Amino acid sequence: MIEILEARKGQIFEKGTEGTFDMACDKVSVAGSVSQRACVFCGSRVVLYPIADALHLIHGPVGCAAYTWDIRGSLSSGPELHRLSFSTDLREEEVIYGGEKKLYAALTELIGAYHPKAAFVYATCIIGLIGDDIQAVCRKVSDEQGIDVIPVHSEGFRGTKKDGYKAACEALFRLIGTDEQSIAAPHSINILGDFNLAGETWIIKEYYKQMGVEVVSCMTGDGRVDEIRRAHKAAMNVVQCSGSMTYLAKMMEKDYGIPFERVSYFGIEDTADALYKVARHFNDPAILKNTEELVRKEVSRIYPEVEAYRKYLEGKKAAIYVGGSFKAFSLVKALRHLGIATAIVGSQTGNREDYEYLEEICDEGTIIVDDTNPLELSRFMSERNVDLLIGGVKERPIAYKMGIAFCDHNHERKEALAGFEGMINFCREVHGSIMSPVWQFSPAKCLRAQKEEMEDANSIRQAAHS
Amino acid sequence: MQTQSVKLHTVKKTAPSFVSTRNACKLCAPLGASLVFRGIEGCVPLIHGSQGCATYIRRYVISHFKEPIDIASSNFSEATAIFGGADNLRIALDNLTRQYRPAAIGIASTCLSETIGDDVRSYIEQYKAANKGVEIPALIYASTPSYRGTHMDGYHEAVRATVISLAAGGPRSRRLNIVPGFLSAADLRHIKEILDDFHFSYTMLPDYSETLDGESWSDYQKLSPGGTPVASIRSMGQSVATIQLGGSLASMDTAASYLQETFGVKAVTLGIPIGIGETDRFFGALEEMSGRAMPDKYKKERGRLVDAYIDGHKVVSGKRAVIYGEADFVASMASFLDEIGIVPALCATGASIKKFKEIVSSGLSEGHKDIIIRDDADFEDMLEICRSIGVDIIIGNSKGYYLAKNLSIPLVRAGFPIHDRIGGQRILHVGYAGTQQLFDRIVNALIEHKQSSSAIGYSYI
Repeated sequence: MIEILEARKGQIFEKGTEGTFDMACDKVSVAGSVSQRACVFCGSRVVLYPIADALHLIHGPVGCAAYTWDIRGSLSSGPELHRLSFSTDLREEEVIYGGEKKLYAALTELIGAYHPKAAFVYATCIIGLIGDDIQAVCRKVSDEQGIDVIPVHSEGFRGTKKDGYKAACEALFRLIGTDEQSIAAPHSINILGDFNLAGETWIIKEYYKQMGVEVVSCMTGDGRVDEIRRAHKAAMNVVQCSGSMTYLAKMMEKDYGIPFERVSYFGIEDTADALYKVARHFNDPAILKNTEELVRKEVSRIYPEVEAYRKYLEGKKAAIYVGGSFKAFSLVKALRHLGIATAIVGSQTGNREDYEYLEEICDEGTIIVDDTNPLELSRFMSERNVDLLIGGVKERPIAYKMGIAFCDHNHERKEALAGFEGMINFCREVHGSIMSPVWQFSPAKCLRAQKEEMEDANSIRQAAHS
Repeated sequence: MQTQSVKLHTVKKTAPSFVSTRNACKLCAPLGASLVFRGIEGCVPLIHGSQGCATYIRRYVISHFKEPIDIASSNFSEATAIFGGADNLRIALDNLTRQYRPAAIGIASTCLSETIGDDVRSYIEQYKAANKGVEIPALIYASTPSYRGTHMDGYHEAVRATVISLAAGGPRSRRLNIVPGFLSAADLRHIKEILDDFHFSYTMLPDYSETLDGESWSDYQKLSPGGTPVASIRSMGQSVATIQLGGSLASMDTAASYLQETFGVKAVTLGIPIGIGETDRFFGALEEMSGRAMPDKYKKERGRLVDAYIDGHKVVSGKRAVIYGEADFVASMASFLDEIGIVPALCATGASIKKFKEIVSSGLSEGHKDIIIRDDADFEDMLEICRSIGVDIIIGNSKGYYLAKNLSIPLVRAGFPIHDRIGGQRILHVGYAGTQQLFDRIVNALIEHKQSSSAIGYSYI
C-alpha cells in the first residue's frame, strides 16, 4: 500500500466523510514528493508562448529553453516566431562574470534577424543570483531598437507556477494601453486565457462573431502584440483558464474599468453559459437573439451524437487531474453528460474558492486533491477502480500501466476540445480509449475484471442464501 | 529530387555565428543523470533545485519512452535559495525513502543549487551521520549544473559518480563491466544478448532496458522493475575490464578510467557499434576478451547486412546527409554512412567539444574534404548550412523534423528524443542487426521520397 505523506494529508479530501471542507492549497510542493507541477518559469512561458509575433528569449542555461521548444499546440494564423526556441545558453564563465553582455548581444542580433513586434525576456533561476540587471538591459535594447523589450521575472524557485502566471500577466499589462489610436465597438470583448490549442480560439471567436460581439484581442491564443496594445478598448473581459488570467482581468478592471466574467468553454453547459454571460452583459436584444439561435442550433446538432456515445459510456468512472481547476469543473459536468461519474478530481493550481466549488458540484465520496503525485494518483485510481483518467503527458503512462483509458487534456493536444465542436471531439476521445479492444490484453484490467466477476458471483450467492 | 555528386558541393559558406542558441541541439546535464539513475534497480532520481527542472525533464523523457518516470525534486523556494538547500534535501530524502522504499537515491544538482554553492556532499555526510544505525538507501551524488556541458556530460558524470559511491575492490573476478552510453532500450537489450551469447558474466551500467521500456503491469509499481542491481555495481571494482562505448570517452575522466586507476580494472574504449566497421571492432574486442569466436548467429547477421548493402547501394550512393546529436553517436553514424557511400556532409553536435572534428574524422575514409563538422551547433545553424551546401537526407532525433519541414527532404529518426513517433525506445541502432534496420530505413526513406516526388506513381522502384 502506498503511504500518504503526513505533509500531504491536508491537500486530500473525500466529499462527505470529512468534517468541514478545508483544503490546504496554494502551498509549495513537498520536497521529495513527485509533484506534477512545474515552476514559475513554466507558468510565465505557457501564458506568453502563443504570442506569435513576439520574440521569446529565455535568459539562462540552455535547459529551460530546450524543454519548451515548440511545446504547445498553440496555432497561429500568421507569424510563427513563437515556435522557435531562443536561449542565451549561459555557460560557466557567464555565470561567474555575469550574463548581461550576452543578453544584450543576443537581443540585439535576434531583433535584427527576426524583426519581432516586441520581445519578452524570461529570467530563469540563476539570473537574479548572478546579479544580472535584466531590466536595465531590456530598457537599453528597447531604446535602441524601438520595440518593447519586456522582462519577465520568472525565476523558477520564486514561488509556484501561479506566480509565473502573475509575472506573465504583469508583462502583458505593460503592453496593454500602449495603443490609443484604435477604437473598439461598444459590444466588444477580450478573450483571456485561451491559448488556441488545436485552433480552439478560432472556434470561440466564430461564436462571438455570430453573436455580433467584436473580439478585440485574445490573450494569448493566436496572439499578436498590436492586439494586446489595444485590449484596454474592449468593453468586457471574458476569462477562461481563470487560474492564469484572473490577475490580469483584475488589473484591467482596476485601471481601465473593464468588468470581467469567468467562463469555461469545455462542455455543452459551460460553453452555452459562457456565451449567455457575454450576451446578458451587453443586454442587447439582437445579441441575445443571436446567442439563443446559436446555442439552440449547436446543441441540437451535437446532442444526438453525445447521446449515442452515452449509451456506451454510461456507468463508467473517471479520475481528473489537470493544471487549472476551472477546467476540472467543466470536465466534471461534461462527463456527466456522458453518464460518467467523477471519482477523483484534482488540480495543480486550484485555490480555496475553486476547491469549495468543486466540492459543491461533485458527488458524495469523490476524492478531491491538490498538487497530487503519481503514487497518490495510482493509489486513488486503484481504490476507486476508475475506467478513465483525464490529464496530461505526465499522467498518461500512469493510466496506461494500470490498464485505464486516457483522455489528453494538455497543452500539446492536437484535438480541439473547446466549444460545442470540442465536446464531440471529447466524446470521441473518451469513447475511443474506453472502448478500445486493447484493454483485453492488459494484465491490470484483466485482474480487475476477474475481481469484479468474483464479487458479482459472491453477491449473487449471498442473495440466494438470504 | 536532388541527384548530385560530391564534387558539385564544395561550397563552404560559413553561416553567421549567433551569440544566442536558436533551437538547441542539446539538453541540460540533470536529464542525462536522471536517465542513468533510472537505469539502476530501485533507484529514484532526485533533482536538487526548482520543481520545474524535475517536471520538465520528466515530461521530456516520458514523451520519448512513454513510461511512468518518477523524478523527485527538493523543491527550492526563495528561502532555500538564500539559506541553502540542506533542509530541503534532508526532507526530500526522508519523504522519498518513506514513500518509495528505494534501494538508492540518485541526486543531481542544478544550475540553481550550484550557483548558490550548495555543498551537497557534506549534506549527504550529515544525513548519513544523522541516520546512523538506520538502514537508508544508497546515496549517489552527481554534480550536474546545466551551464556546464550537456545531457551527455550529466550522463557520464552520473555513471562515474555511481561507481565512485558504490564500487569496491576485492578479489579479481572474471566479470566484465560495460558502460554502453546513451543508447535506446532496444540497443541495451541487444548488447546484453550479444554478451550473453559470448557467455560473459557482466554488469551493464546503466541498464534502463526494462525500466524505461517495460511490460504492461498487473499492479502499479512505484518504480519500474529492472535496472542494474546495486550489489552488481558494488562489485564493479573486481571486474577484469570495463568496456565503455563512445570514442570521446578515451580522454575523459569516466567511470571506466576511475575503475582502472582505483582498482586496476582495465578500461577499453570502443566506438558505438553502428555500421560494419565499428561493429567488427566491437565483436573483435569481445572475441579477444572471451577467447571465443563470433557466434554463427552474428556471422549470418553480418552476411545478410553485407548482402543488403549491395542490394541498396545504388539508392544511397553519393547522397548527402546531415547528422546531429551526441558527439559519439554522430561519430559512429558518420562512419556508417561513409561505409555505405553516403557523404556525411554536415556532422553537428550541440555540445562544445574541441575534439569533435578529430573524433568524427577518425572514423571516415580519406578523401572527404568537403565535410562540415561543427560542434556547439543548433538547429538554426544546421538549417543555414544545409541550405548552402545541399543535402538529401537527415538522420537524427525527431527535433530534426524542423529541418525536414524546411528543406522538404526525408528524416530518418534515430537517437533521442523521438517525440513525434511511437517506439523511439525500441529503435535498434547497434550491432549488425541495428545497422541492418538503419540501412533499410535510410534506403526506404530515399525511395519513398523519390516515389512521392514523382507524378508517375511508380509501383516498382
